[in-house]
Amino acid sequence: MRIAMLLGSRLGVELMLSLGKSALRALAAAAGLFAYAHAHADWATNLPRGVTEISSRIYDLHMLVLGIVTVIGVLVFAVLTYALIAFRKKPGVASATWDHSNLAEFIWTVIPFFVMVGLAIPAAQALILIEDTSGSELTVKITGYQWKWQYEYVGKNYSFYSTLGRESNVARQKNSGRDPYAVDNYLLEVDRPLVLPAGVKIRYLITSNDVNHAWWVPDFGVKRDAIPGYMNEGWFQVDRPGTYRGQCAELCGKDHGFMPIVVEVIPESEFDAWLRQQVTG
Amino acid sequence: MSVATHDHSDEHDAHGPEKGLMRWIRTTNHKDIGTLYLLFALVMLFVGGLMALVIRAELFQPGIQFVNPDFFNQMTTMHALIMVFGMIMPAFAGFANWMIPMMIGAPDMALPRMNNWSFWLLPFAGAMLLATLLMPGGGPASGWTLYPPLSLQAGDGFPFTIFSIHLLGISSIMASINIIVTILNMRAPGMTLMKMPMFVWTWLVTAYLLIGAMPVLAGGVTMLLTDQFFGTSFFQAAGGGDPVLFQHIFWFFGHPEVYIIILPAFGIVSQIIPTFSRKRLFGYDSMVYATASIGFLSYIVWAHHMFTVGMPLAGELFFMMTTMLIAVPTAVKVFNWISTMWRGSLTFETPMLFAIGFLFMFSIGGFTGLMMAIVPLDFQYHDTYFIVAHFHYVLVPGALFAALGGAYYWLPKWTGHMYDETLGKWHFWLSTIFVNLLFFPQHFLGLAGMPRRIPDYATQFTDWNLVSSIGAFGFGFAQLLFVWIVVQCARGGQKATSQVWDHPEGLEWTVPSPAPYHTFEEAPLVK
Ligand SMILES: [Cu+2]
Repeated sequence: MRIAMLLGSRLGVELMLSLGKSALRALAAAAGLFAYAHAHADWATNLPRGVTEISSRIYDLHMLVLGIVTVIGVLVFAVLTYALIAFRKKPGVASATWDHSNLAEFIWTVIPFFVMVGLAIPAAQALILIEDTSGSELTVKITGYQWKWQYEYVGKNYSFYSTLGRESNVARQKNSGRDPYAVDNYLLEVDRPLVLPAGVKIRYLITSNDVNHAWWVPDFGVKRDAIPGYMNEGWFQVDRPGTYRGQCAELCGKDHGFMPIVVEVIPESEFDAWLRQQVTG
Repeated sequence: MSVATHDHSDEHDAHGPEKGLMRWIRTTNHKDIGTLYLLFALVMLFVGGLMALVIRAELFQPGIQFVNPDFFNQMTTMHALIMVFGMIMPAFAGFANWMIPMMIGAPDMALPRMNNWSFWLLPFAGAMLLATLLMPGGGPASGWTLYPPLSLQAGDGFPFTIFSIHLLGISSIMASINIIVTILNMRAPGMTLMKMPMFVWTWLVTAYLLIGAMPVLAGGVTMLLTDQFFGTSFFQAAGGGDPVLFQHIFWFFGHPEVYIIILPAFGIVSQIIPTFSRKRLFGYDSMVYATASIGFLSYIVWAHHMFTVGMPLAGELFFMMTTMLIAVPTAVKVFNWISTMWRGSLTFETPMLFAIGFLFMFSIGGFTGLMMAIVPLDFQYHDTYFIVAHFHYVLVPGALFAALGGAYYWLPKWTGHMYDETLGKWHFWLSTIFVNLLFFPQHFLGLAGMPRRIPDYATQFTDWNLVSSIGAFGFGFAQLLFVWIVVQCARGGQKATSQVWDHPEGLEWTVPSPAPYHTFEEAPLVK
């Protein structure tokens, strides 16, 4: 009881306020749910195919596995639903008295086993591709900090920090009064993006200077932990120039949600000029 | 008072429980202790649930409206710790205490005083854990996995968190020892191991898992403690330590922990389905073997929680294969449950509804689990809302639904009254609708790229978060109905017969309802 009261004194206010307000908001939103949702329609439901070989391999595998579990799911649920309907208690019909069947049990032990083996093969192939960093032309070292990223072009004598964009940073403060929708790429914008050349196999090295982070760009199919004392590596190659966004994916403290990743991929010729300018200028 | 201290067996029939508060503090009766566990779990369900609602309120729309990011992290961490250690594990320990002695024809648990102690550590450990929220620096905010170095950036509450985890662990280990000793030594004549009800079997395996896993967690968190206060560097890279070592230790505990939570749920479902199918459990032997092999496999899959830390290819492949292997015994169980219903005579009372809901929704959690076992896919799913959706499907419409089903199944045996069937069905349907509204959209959020454990998000994630939050509040309020049904049932209602249901199998149905304070003082003979 004492504990409950103590808790009440500090948490209670915050909780009550939260719950009261959100109850109101829930009502308001439930009323205007569809209008509201329509205005900012996104309702995305699936993994993006992404823009790298790795991400498309993962996407294809994802669709394959999703397809297989969906088929299994539909079959199992259909049988289950049939049983629920067909074997309802009816007057004059007694339950069967059998309670095992070695053959049936053998079959449904073996079938899942072969499904698993069948899935493991394409999975292993994709994995071997993902882990093959050989033949890269440019190495970027990524270092996680609370709460920003540092990018270093290895051997090019150039590095910089990348932090949350200013507008997002203002709008994300508690009760800032700013509308997140009015901010371009809210929480997914940085002051200085990582600039990389298109069509070049890029090897990344990743570590951390303080706590664990994870560098994740969904469109690249790349997620790798940044761990102090460890130097992890991986690769990706983006052929299509463009801006790609991601976020830190390993809880790293209070601003974990506010250290986005933005990668600007530009044609290789422009990249060389850009890098030269950064290094000399 | 003196009635409760007895040495002569001839007094047994005469005495009932002690009166007043002291009955509950001093009790060594398995039924009293079971009740305490269950009530404690129910309270913690709402404490942890309130924290979940704080999280879902904040995530209702983009922008930060209610809580600071640091407090948000305390809520996610505390919600998990409370729900895992304070709610679902004690709930199943409550079922174990109440039902195992009655199911195997034993008069009580083998070690009744230790039983009292295992329970009474819990409220203190739980209170200490909650109290860290009031300490300078607040409660733990590094996620329930407590990964260093982040977990070492903690406030004054840090050693209290560690100590409460130690206490919770000691409580679980004592309960497990008690359960194992009871099952192995106190079965009635004729109750061979292969005749035991499935619930007893699942708990036997669970208890061994607990004894194997909890000390590993205790060791890991103790190393955190010495890193923080005594100058060691187990996990600090600057001192030559290894932050990933902690993750291995944690998940060597953490994966068996997953099965510690789900196996008793399997057990309860395996009791409910045959009763309402009016048919014996299909493939009892293979169910036992499946349970045992899940228990074994759960010790060799832990690194599937860590595919992104940068493992050698061989390691990734090994842990992928072993993880996928777990799908085999799990599938066997699901098929056996369906076969149990096949050509049975099904009725759909509330316990059966929850068991069927479990079958459907636990399977969904199983499917997403299989997807995440596949390493390349896990690179995308890891640490997103996809995994949040996955483990909540396993834990809420999985484990929690099984516990709720079990509560309805045995409430008449515990209280002597039937619960309100209409309200029970309402509770089931409301829970089912809202739990899917709550967790299904989280699959979409994760796939679309929303990381977990963030207090605010990019605007494209708004829609499904909004749906999920509405589901959360609906699910939370639906559980108040359960409290009302339980209170109503404890106070009165239609008298329950000793069988309660239509010819259920099991020794617990041979004693009157409510079950007398002492049962099976003379062991029954099991044929
Ligand atoms: Cu981070």
